[in-house]
Amino acid sequence: MGRSIRIILITATALALLFAIAGVATADDQSGGSAPVVTMDPNGSATGGASDLSPSAQGNSLTLKSLADEVGHNRVAAGIIWLMVGFALVFFMQAGFALLETGFTRAKNAVHTMGMNMVIFFIGVIGWFLVGFPLMFGGMGHLTTLGGIVNLDGMLEVAKGWGIIGTKGFAGSGIYDAGVLGFFLFQLVFMDTAATIPTGAMTERFKWSAFVIYGFFISMILYPLFGNWVWGGGWLSQLGANLGLGNGYLDFAGSTVVHAMGGFVALAGAIVLGARIGKFNKDGSPNAIPGHHIPMAVLGTLFLAFGWIGFNGASTLTGADFRLTVIIANTFLACAFGGVTAMFLMWKAFGKPDISMTCNGALAGLVAITAPCAFVAPWAACLIGLVAGALVIGGVLFVERVLKVDDPVGAVAVHGFAGLWGVSALGLFADGTYGAGDNGVTHAVTGLFYGNAGQFAAQAIGAVTVVIVALGGGYVFFKVLDMIMGIRVSSEEEIQGLDLPQMGTLAYPDFSGSAPDWVTPHPSGLGAPPGKTVPAIASISMDEGTGA
Amino acid sequence: MKKIEAIIRHIKLDDVKTALDGIGIRGMTVTDVKGAGKQKGYTEQWRGSKLTVFLNPKLELKIIVPDDMVAKVIETIAQTARTGEIGDGKIFVSGVEEAVAIRTGASGNDAL
Repeated sequence: MGRSIRIILITATALALLFAIAGVATADDQSGGSAPVVTMDPNGSATGGASDLSPSAQGNSLTLKSLADEVGHNRVAAGIIWLMVGFALVFFMQAGFALLETGFTRAKNAVHTMGMNMVIFFIGVIGWFLVGFPLMFGGMGHLTTLGGIVNLDGMLEVAKGWGIIGTKGFAGSGIYDAGVLGFFLFQLVFMDTAATIPTGAMTERFKWSAFVIYGFFISMILYPLFGNWVWGGGWLSQLGANLGLGNGYLDFAGSTVVHAMGGFVALAGAIVLGARIGKFNKDGSPNAIPGHHIPMAVLGTLFLAFGWIGFNGASTLTGADFRLTVIIANTFLACAFGGVTAMFLMWKAFGKPDISMTCNGALAGLVAITAPCAFVAPWAACLIGLVAGALVIGGVLFVERVLKVDDPVGAVAVHGFAGLWGVSALGLFADGTYGAGDNGVTHAVTGLFYGNAGQFAAQAIGAVTVVIVALGGGYVFFKVLDMIMGIRVSSEEEIQGLDLPQMGTLAYPDFSGSAPDWVTPHPSGLGAPPGKTVPAIASISMDEGTGA
Repeated sequence: MKKIEAIIRHIKLDDVKTALDGIGIRGMTVTDVKGAGKQKGYTEQWRGSKLTVFLNPKLELKIIVPDDMVAKVIETIAQTARTGEIGDGKIFVSGVEEAVAIRTGASGNDAL
């Protein structure tokens, strides 16, 4: 053993010496030559030049046209690369949501909650490819930052200039194109962000089969519908061109298109499902049902903030738009102000700097800045985050203690309320330095405090619309689905935890808290036999609170 | 032979074990337990709501000793596990009919 190591060491030393000598010899050759031929470029300053143009632009082929083609190609390269970086970052938010939601809920439902956050992504991809993307973007025209070769020209309009739904690209037809598929991917992860938000508010009692149908519904119909009106060239985006209301309804990266959509569908789902067993007492007062893994939730929050670099920063749709650094700076200012505000308020109000609410505060800051991040100055981003951090605490307590709706992770307050605040803040604080030409209006985006009340009016119309579509559409969908197949698990399954009866497996089989000890194997292998009596809730609450 | 069951605080396990070692007691079974006595539970906060947990986590030591060691073991545990605050724990003693060492087949006091 020792002998073979010695041999390897000696061989390695000999090889290193050989390379060193060879290197010195090469250097000598260079100094001896008359023309300074660069064979290596350690500091990178000589890398990239005329000789790196594509063959069609070299030698005799080098004309102004071929050079311009080359520059244009590189401009689109900046778009496509930045968009794919953004796609990767936003995709990773799926992991953030999975950790956040699972950490905030109980160990006995961990497989079910984590599973929803993964499977919603796959369902979403299918729904988005078949129907969702075409409905949302099938009529948006040419994608200028991505080459713009394909004309997405299928728009259903109720009147000239008032589009309501796209019609081109079903199941990928007519969009087999490098630029459009890049855009398809980037928009896909936004849709899946919206789709995964309601699972947090509906977790610990949502029947899996109903969840699967919901996944297709939101990715194929509800999300693309409102999305078309804002981002796909639909009627809300044309409020400026048609009615002179600022630049039309604007939501830069999705405070409402993504977050309020998810947040209000979450509210609809939580209302139709009803509260978890044991959440509210007979007199309506709420009980605490703490999450089982706060470190997991904190990690999820950090993953989400990380993903937001792409969520907001890459929504420029091109890396050649240097406003993206302002956008990312605004994003993190709002995140920080939201988190710190929530921490101090909880500390003051309840005596401890509640970390679960600090997570929600930081996320609310991120959600709120998502719409205005491109149009406001950094000081405004700080203020927007600060208000969001306070809003989320009021929102969580309002949903729980006034609406009496059980939202285990605070999705309604974080995504719904902060999302509405975000688009409103755009209408107030947009300072007229960016966005000239947005939605076909030539002037830059300017808010109420900078003299354009029309923009604020457009924002108000959009905010009301998203509540109607998400809350109304979501409520009708869940209500109908509930009548057809039932969307809630049985109370036996809920008390036992959804993991064994719904999913067939426990998250932490060796951890005594993950299932109540009265769970006995059934001949089917799946938990307690049907009709088995379960202990009263009173005895369950005697437990540590983490497990049962 | 007697069985001594001592409910103690987690932080006292090392002290108790070292002290028992000092009087020649090496065998014991230690279990994580939850229970309630005079000590009240603790209160957690979750998003502004309070949650009281009635049961406190403790350790249970199970030690089987020859009759003539009982007083000594009880005294040792009581001294080393004491902090003087509510929640120090309890010691229970009961009789044991028989003990067998599985490897050697020894029984009675020889099995301990």
